[in-house]
Amino acid sequence: MLLQLPSVRGAPNQSVLESSGPLADRVESLWWFALITASLVYLVTMGALWWAAAHARRREQRGEELPMDDERRMTRGVTLAVGATVVVLLVFLVTDLSVGRTLDPVPRAHPITIELTGKQWWWDVTYADTSPQGRFTTANEIHVPVGEPVLFVLNARDVIHSFWAPNLAGKKDLIPGYTQSMWFQADTAGDYRAQCAEFCGVQHAKMALHVIAEPPEKYAQWVAAQRAPATTASDSVAVRGREVFLAGQCAMCHAITGTSAASRNGPDLTHVASRRTLAAGTLPNTRGALAGWIVDPQQVKPGAHMPSNQLPPSDLDALLTYLQSLK
Amino acid sequence: MRRSYAKCRSLDSLRSLGMTETVVIPSGARSATSRDLHRAFGMMLLVVAMATLTSCKRETRRFRESPPSATPGGTVRVSALQPGALQDTTHVRNVYEGNAYAVSEGQRLFNWYNCSGCHANGGGGMGPPLMDDEWIYGAGSEQIYTTIVQGRPNGMPSFAGKVPAQQVWQIVAYVRSLSGLNPASTRSARTEHMMYYPGSQALPMETSPKQAFRPPAGEMP
Repeated sequence: MLLQLPSVRGAPNQSVLESSGPLADRVESLWWFALITASLVYLVTMGALWWAAAHARRREQRGEELPMDDERRMTRGVTLAVGATVVVLLVFLVTDLSVGRTLDPVPRAHPITIELTGKQWWWDVTYADTSPQGRFTTANEIHVPVGEPVLFVLNARDVIHSFWAPNLAGKKDLIPGYTQSMWFQADTAGDYRAQCAEFCGVQHAKMALHVIAEPPEKYAQWVAAQRAPATTASDSVAVRGREVFLAGQCAMCHAITGTSAASRNGPDLTHVASRRTLAAGTLPNTRGALAGWIVDPQQVKPGAHMPSNQLPPSDLDALLTYLQSLK
Repeated sequence: MRRSYAKCRSLDSLRSLGMTETVVIPSGARSATSRDLHRAFGMMLLVVAMATLTSCKRETRRFRESPPSATPGGTVRVSALQPGALQDTTHVRNVYEGNAYAVSEGQRLFNWYNCSGCHANGGGGMGPPLMDDEWIYGAGSEQIYTTIVQGRPNGMPSFAGKVPAQQVWQIVAYVRSLSGLNPASTRSARTEHMMYYPGSQALPMETSPKQAFRPPAGEMP
């Protein structure tokens, strides 16, 4: 009953108790099974303790001698308790292993494959494809079609990170130099929040990722939009903004497909305006937040690898206009 | 077997077993013990504080610090060849020089901005090596800074406007650490590439690293 309270349950889009998919369902039922079993064990133990205390007190009040020296009764009690403990632990072990086993194989020959790379402190997302033209890169946001398994190829660049979208699947670590894989399937559309679940440095807490599950046709639209190169700047302000981007510090770390900026150090900005958040789920993607982030990232995320950028106001304005045109 | 303690249900039975004496510590003795304890605890705190405080400076992370100077003022001499009386170069103290975190950031940026592309982790390739003691344009912090910002003939591009001043100063601290010019406490203990100096956790060498090992100097421009 306590778990129905919103404060205990947490945000619905980042909760193990709001599963949305076959994997998360298994994890959630395992969680409930463990909770109910553990609660029963707790109640039985407390009840036995209460009964023993009350029973002994009653007998003492009646003036009876307590049979504490009865070796056989004692042996029976201890054996029963140890046996029950072993059985409960064994049941936990078997159910845990069986859930792990059912989660392992990907139920499809050629699923959508996403290469997810953890970096301090953001997520590099590349959608794999058989043709080079089909590949595209984005950051901090994953779109998946509802009802289809998606395979993840996990890697890390600097330190160990961990990918955890509680509504969709269990955790999986991203280890530098060691490629791992996992999969999940989202059954209901929604915007699910995922979080780095392995301490990875000062900004570990601000390393979030949004998984957006949407109907297949909407997903196809999104993929087509992401595959296209960046929109060419049309008005004079955006053209100036593009110049600021390419001639200044931005191009040293960021890439925009269709321009000469191709560095892989920071997030790909080809379609930055289409994303919901900035700085790995830290800020909403608005003009003001973008300006604040560009000018002084160390105020928002101290220690982040993005340096502050002192730009003349007119240049900053042009740059914002250009970046916001990258839908 | 019957256990005797099962019968000790009350104080009476304890007494019947002869356990009447209670151990009482005299009050004077007790305070002496606690004073000793306090002193020992204080000493322990002091030792812990000393151990942690000494490492404070090495690990300070100043994220929003203004760099020493965006452009070193005065003359920055880049060559010993110059007409007239030899003018000394204006020295600028690099605040990142003694900071291990800043040096490690410099190391990261050295790879991010592809300095390794020509200088190959300090060993030299297309560009001159950085871990020897030959400096074509000077070894001072301000000299390395101007070299990075202005660029140099025969291949070194200018990074003016491309790398913020703060990061250039961090790279300067790292470049100087490659040949052991900055405090040993700020150097990385171990790198994955060749090293000019022993790591901070290595055993002391019998001869100075400069006498023992001298990487080939790069081609003069």
